[in-house]
Amino acid sequence: MRFRDEYRDPARVRRLARAIARTVTRPRTLMEVCGGQTHAILRFGLDRLLPETVTLLHGPGCPVCVTPVAHIDKAIALAGLPEVILCSYGDMLRVPGSSGDLAGARARGGDVRVVYSPLDALGIARREPEREVVFFAVGFETTAPANAMAVWQAKREGLANFSMLVSHVLVPPALHAILGSPGNRVEGFLAAGHVCTIMGYREYEPIAARYRVPIVVTGFEPVDILEGVLMCLRQLEEGRAEVENQYTRSVRPEGNPQARRLVAEVFRVASRHWRGIGELPESGLVLAPAFAAFDAERRFGPAAGGEEMDAGCIAGLVLRGERKPPDCPAFASRCTPERPLGVTMVSSEGACAAYYRYRHAESLRR
Amino acid sequence: MCLAVPGRVIAIAGEDPPTRTGRVDFGGVIKEISLAFVPEARPGDHVLVHVGFAITVIDEEEARRVRGWLEEIEGMEAGEAESDDALS
Amino acid sequence: MSGGESPSWNCPLPEAESEVVRLAAGGGGRAMQRLLEEVIRPLLDDPELARAHDGAVLDPGGEIAFTTDTFVVRPLVFPGGDIGALAVCGTANDLAMCGAEPLVLSLGLVLEEGLPVAVLRRVLASVKTSAEAIGLRIVTGDLKVVERGRADGLYVNTTGIGRLRSRHRIGPAAVRPGDVVILSGDVGRHGIAVLAAREGLGFETMVATDCAPVVAPVLALLEAGVAVHCLRDPTRGGLASALVEIAEAASVRILVEEAAVPVREEVRAACELLGFDPLHLPCEGRFLAFLAAPEAERALGILRNFAVSREAVVIGRVEEGASGRVLLETPFGQERPLDMPSGEQLPRIC
Repeated sequence: MRFRDEYRDPARVRRLARAIARTVTRPRTLMEVCGGQTHAILRFGLDRLLPETVTLLHGPGCPVCVTPVAHIDKAIALAGLPEVILCSYGDMLRVPGSSGDLAGARARGGDVRVVYSPLDALGIARREPEREVVFFAVGFETTAPANAMAVWQAKREGLANFSMLVSHVLVPPALHAILGSPGNRVEGFLAAGHVCTIMGYREYEPIAARYRVPIVVTGFEPVDILEGVLMCLRQLEEGRAEVENQYTRSVRPEGNPQARRLVAEVFRVASRHWRGIGELPESGLVLAPAFAAFDAERRFGPAAGGEEMDAGCIAGLVLRGERKPPDCPAFASRCTPERPLGVTMVSSEGACAAYYRYRHAESLRR
Repeated sequence: MCLAVPGRVIAIAGEDPPTRTGRVDFGGVIKEISLAFVPEARPGDHVLVHVGFAITVIDEEEARRVRGWLEEIEGMEAGEAESDDALS
Repeated sequence: MSGGESPSWNCPLPEAESEVVRLAAGGGGRAMQRLLEEVIRPLLDDPELARAHDGAVLDPGGEIAFTTDTFVVRPLVFPGGDIGALAVCGTANDLAMCGAEPLVLSLGLVLEEGLPVAVLRRVLASVKTSAEAIGLRIVTGDLKVVERGRADGLYVNTTGIGRLRSRHRIGPAAVRPGDVVILSGDVGRHGIAVLAAREGLGFETMVATDCAPVVAPVLALLEAGVAVHCLRDPTRGGLASALVEIAEAASVRILVEEAAVPVREEVRAACELLGFDPLHLPCEGRFLAFLAAPEAERALGILRNFAVSREAVVIGRVEEGASGRVLLETPFGQERPLDMPSGEQLPRIC
């Protein structure tokens, strides 16, 4: 596949690993923000190609992982209503709520449908006018334009039977939270390349300046990630703290103007509770007043309450990069993808799931 | 969920920008994708696709340029290897 | 009801053949006789079936292998095949995996009221063609019809008997450290073909199912006296499940070189798009062979004479220690564990 295979070339990867080893002069701790990057690192063993002095911590960039329990519970409740078709991205199906998940709701007869795109949910609403279609709109800034377009088209067509349960989060407040935390060890970030494809990277400049950390906008393939690491380490060695762009084939400084305009029209920024982390100001998106009619919480009642995860679950610490999954006593024993205690073990972008899938067998070997 | 897949635009349909779609070839698999956010996309362009939407047109120039930067590193390595040889 | 056409709502003529299967056709009476005589027996065309007895009497002359499989694939028809071909090849291949030459099959049909007879004809023609290609006879069968809304068109069970051809018992117990693992061809095509044919996924692809009999190459290996330790076809759960099952049953460690596993470009692309791992997708015309390392070259030579195993290749080896684990060596020289899929991503794939 073009624009993928060449970024997985083993020779380039090894060359970059050697360049990194030559560059770093003392222990450095970096964090990759996006769960997709975490998975790539573990799947391709990129962390093991780095010298011992470089530590990669895994960040909270897994929107599925940070969706509040209240929203999961609301989605499950809606799925139980006979008139509702609950449409969702596949990742959300086994995320545990207070009791049970959407897959369980489906097994009990709820009409839960996995969609690839929010436009598919719109299509279902057009084809089934007697049913209420609710789309569970989860994601970071990457997904916001797509979700916005679905609502925008619904309004334009006057589609009365379509609404969205919105649980959108934004990346920069998470970086503030991590960098502002007293125990923070992160010295540099690999920013999420697809979030920045939409948003650009101007909003990271104040963060880099305020906390004096290099931030490198990075892609998702092995070559991208190692290039991002190299660029970040070079900044640290040279005493710089700037925003740089590794992912230039996809990211422009201003991002995607059409996408940003639509998001600004359809959504408003609001405070959000991040599962495992807590309330972060100005960290999420809600529907703007002009589109409030399409808000599932207006139509069916607000998402509220919900109990946090099992006491044995350290997902919050994992999401903030303060622990790694193998540190958790429940990892791969009480907590597995089939019987997860928390969301980081369930989500396709969760750090615990990544370690379980790509690493745990070795720890069992020893 | 943040994953976006690269594909090549084969054909474009629709005049109305928000509903403009393209048939995109992902290495032999073809899917109809919304081009609402990439009004500049033309057949033959490569795009990155996320949940059914193209979110950017891939800049081939930039892709080539970064590879050039890598060659600078290779040059450094080759230089070092030579000087290592010279020492041995 | 999936399977293609919606049932005709015209009032059917009582004497002429219905356009759709009626509930009465499962009742053991005249309607069922008509379906058997006019549609099913002619298409399957076997003298034993024509005898219309409760069962077939056979003399296999030696040790037999015996296997059964039920097919619930949705949709019934997909690029390159249908449930009929699947039902015959699947069971024939299972017999081959035991080291047996398939002899006879039974065919159990559960039809949904309203299934277009044209679809039934197509499936049965497929059954017949596939069976003939293998030299396999359908000698007994059963027919039931259930109400509209059950059976999703059509479910099929095939049970097969084969004559054992291998001199030694083939199975995980015979697998030894030092064995090589041969894979007969590229993986994942059946999974992608079926997914592409399902409504709602909305992608086009040129990928057709790899559904095919693997009987001939397997028998050729046995005929040539190659000491095959274990055979397995990677159906549900894909290559990963097949390898993990064997590693666990044999208490060995299996190391697979990721770059050596052949995957078609289109399969890879579809997997990227849908978030699947090609090693988790089912194949219906592929098999793994575990044999002693010195035999590998000879085995590959034999397998590559057959179209279905033309791309046979060594993908890994069996090692001591860490029993029950399968490890994948990545192109970057790392090792990572390979595990079975969780199971719910791909319902009704076979």
